[in-house]
Amino acid sequence: MTRVGWLRVAVIVALIGALELACRSGLINHQTVIPPSEMAGALWALLASGSLNADIERTLGMIALVIALSILLGFIAGIALHALPRVRQALEPFFATYYAVPIFIFYPVLIAIFGLSVMPIVLIGVATAVVAMIIATLNGLDRVPGVLGKVARVHRLGPIRTAVTLQLPAAAPYLFTGVKLSVSYGFIAVIAAEFILSPAGLGRDIADAYADFNNRRMYALILFLLIVATVVNAALHALDMSFAERRRGGRP
Amino acid sequence: MEREVHARLAAVTRVYRAAANHPPVHALGPVDLDLRKGEFFAVVGPSGCGKSTFLEVLAGLQPPTAGTVTFEGKAVNGEVADGIGVVFQEDASFPWLTVWDNAAFGLRRNGVAAAEIRRRVDDALAFMGLKDFARAYPSQLSGGMRQRVCIARTLVLQPRLILLDEPFGALDAQTRLLMGDEVLRLWRRTGATILLITHALDEAAMLADRVGAMSARPGRFIDIIDTGWPRERDSTIVAEAAFGEITGRLWERLRGESLKALGHSGVNAAAAE
Amino acid sequence: MTATRRLTDTFVLVLITLAVWQVLHRIAGSTALPAPLPTMSYLMRNVTTARFASNAATTALSFFFALLLAYGIGLGFGIWMGAHRLSGAVGEPILVAFYSLPKIVLYPVVLLIFGLGISGKVAFGALHGFLPVALLTMGAIRAIPPVYLRSARTLRLTPWQTITTVLLPAALPEVFTGLRIGFSVTLLGVLLGEMFASKAGLGAMIMTDMSLAQSEDMVTVAILLFVFAALANAVLLWIEHRLHRRV
Repeated sequence: MTRVGWLRVAVIVALIGALELACRSGLINHQTVIPPSEMAGALWALLASGSLNADIERTLGMIALVIALSILLGFIAGIALHALPRVRQALEPFFATYYAVPIFIFYPVLIAIFGLSVMPIVLIGVATAVVAMIIATLNGLDRVPGVLGKVARVHRLGPIRTAVTLQLPAAAPYLFTGVKLSVSYGFIAVIAAEFILSPAGLGRDIADAYADFNNRRMYALILFLLIVATVVNAALHALDMSFAERRRGGRP
Repeated sequence: MEREVHARLAAVTRVYRAAANHPPVHALGPVDLDLRKGEFFAVVGPSGCGKSTFLEVLAGLQPPTAGTVTFEGKAVNGEVADGIGVVFQEDASFPWLTVWDNAAFGLRRNGVAAAEIRRRVDDALAFMGLKDFARAYPSQLSGGMRQRVCIARTLVLQPRLILLDEPFGALDAQTRLLMGDEVLRLWRRTGATILLITHALDEAAMLADRVGAMSARPGRFIDIIDTGWPRERDSTIVAEAAFGEITGRLWERLRGESLKALGHSGVNAAAAE
Repeated sequence: MTATRRLTDTFVLVLITLAVWQVLHRIAGSTALPAPLPTMSYLMRNVTTARFASNAATTALSFFFALLLAYGIGLGFGIWMGAHRLSGAVGEPILVAFYSLPKIVLYPVVLLIFGLGISGKVAFGALHGFLPVALLTMGAIRAIPPVYLRSARTLRLTPWQTITTVLLPAALPEVFTGLRIGFSVTLLGVLLGEMFASKAGLGAMIMTDMSLAQSEDMVTVAILLFVFAALANAVLLWIEHRLHRRV
């Protein structure tokens, strides 16, 4: 790891250490924040007992479903729109403004329509993530060099072979950015939905723990979600960076 | 004719300190040079030989690691002295200002009267052929014109020493010859001492009173050639026999250095092929 | 010709949206999703009610302070990390990682620290908003061409002059992008905060409407928020384009 990498680890460790000290010394009220070591301990106990497994399955399962749907639908929609430039142009302002608008505020409306079930959560999750994938797909297809189409015709490739062997790999780095964004939006939307209102799930657990003044359980759950989200996002980010070289055409 | 010394470098070296990813770099020197007042001096050498470092040390943008730099009798060390103007290789025009405001930029900060500013800026823009573009923004102009904006910005401050760091690097060969004529006009009009950095031998040979050939890194002067051109010259001197001789002499000196810069081990490797 | 074509295309899209809405209303029923036309007339009436006005004022207040905090903290971090290479290199991945996290899980912590009043929403909103401001400001400062700084030195500007007349104008377009994105993200943070364990504000109002099955109210408030955010974004984008056009 580089020197900067070690420094970063040191900074994070120092911050956690400072929090630990502040909590243990009483500088921070135990009612407000518990020491990180206690958080970790509580989490370990919860995981070991297996009592969390059902909720973990439910939440992570829903996140996975949302991500898969968003990527698939977003990709298909992106391809379709790329082939229909007039429709795409008409929708352009919509896409440009989409993430400037608090889409999530529609979650209660979805609950009113579909009731308190998985449907509203999945819908709001897909609604949040899919547009990122559409934009990334459009971006990627835009950036397929025109010369590749000519190369395909010279080699007499059919449309499907052209798409699979030339256009897809050329667009891949941009598509991957869409995947990365869909994943992070999927996490954010599903957990927010569970937290605000949901019959079950880790988000709901945290809200319940907060209402019950059960700090140990609450912080353990928060820690768990933070770790999972960070690890997944970091892994994808690292992959995205390795694609970044190709996006820039190898130029630094 | 012995003219007075305008700027002097004595035993100047410049070593870049070691950092996380590289050892210390001995970029320049030791270099000795007396720049005579009002002369046109060109420095020519292979890429990476330290020409730009030389210019920046002379300007006061970088302090020398050893040796002394003096300008008009006063020491120069890490700070740009009054009376020195610099035109950089990269485009330094400010995109948020019009051409006119770009040119006026330095003057405004110096507390010069508004009427005087207007006079000097209009004058400089007219001289550089930018009068019709005064209200335009740099992003609307070509690279060559943006360089002229930077030159205008330097001109209005009436510098006594003008340093030009490969100002025409990005331009095609014919435009470079024409810009060379521009620089000569500038030189004659301002009477300033000019130091031009270039990697183009013909440019140096055509424009300068004296040409310093710089070795590969660490840059040192391996020869200083007196061209003997008359003051009233322009790009047509490329037809003169003397021009070919000077260029030939420069290349003789610099060919080995250029090979070194490319990574070959000296002249012998080239002679062997 | 293209301008009128664009207009007709947009008009067609709006019609399609309204038609889909009407169909969904038929499927879902009045209590769940009101029809488009009644909703529009309700919207006109709703805006003038005292209930709406007081909730909107609460949200506006929280949003205003959250934005101030987000901009202040974000600019501070951004300038420091942009100017100081090492801090930037160390801190950027941390901020980027934080940006992609579901920050909602930290809301209970924010509530425990700041309490249930307006400070909690302000803190939560700022927590969301400072990140894009910091990251884009940092990027803007790093992207300043080094030749500008060298030019400032050859023109013998004082440090203060260099900052105000060279660095600031050079960085402004990208910094402004950060401010624009920070605007929307802060609004979302404040609204999210209001949707949970809160009795005041438009977010809380929507949750109450949902539990009382007042769907017309819910949908109109959502629409109003969308329109506000979209308009604000359009204005900020227009300014941003004016700034970028000269670069």
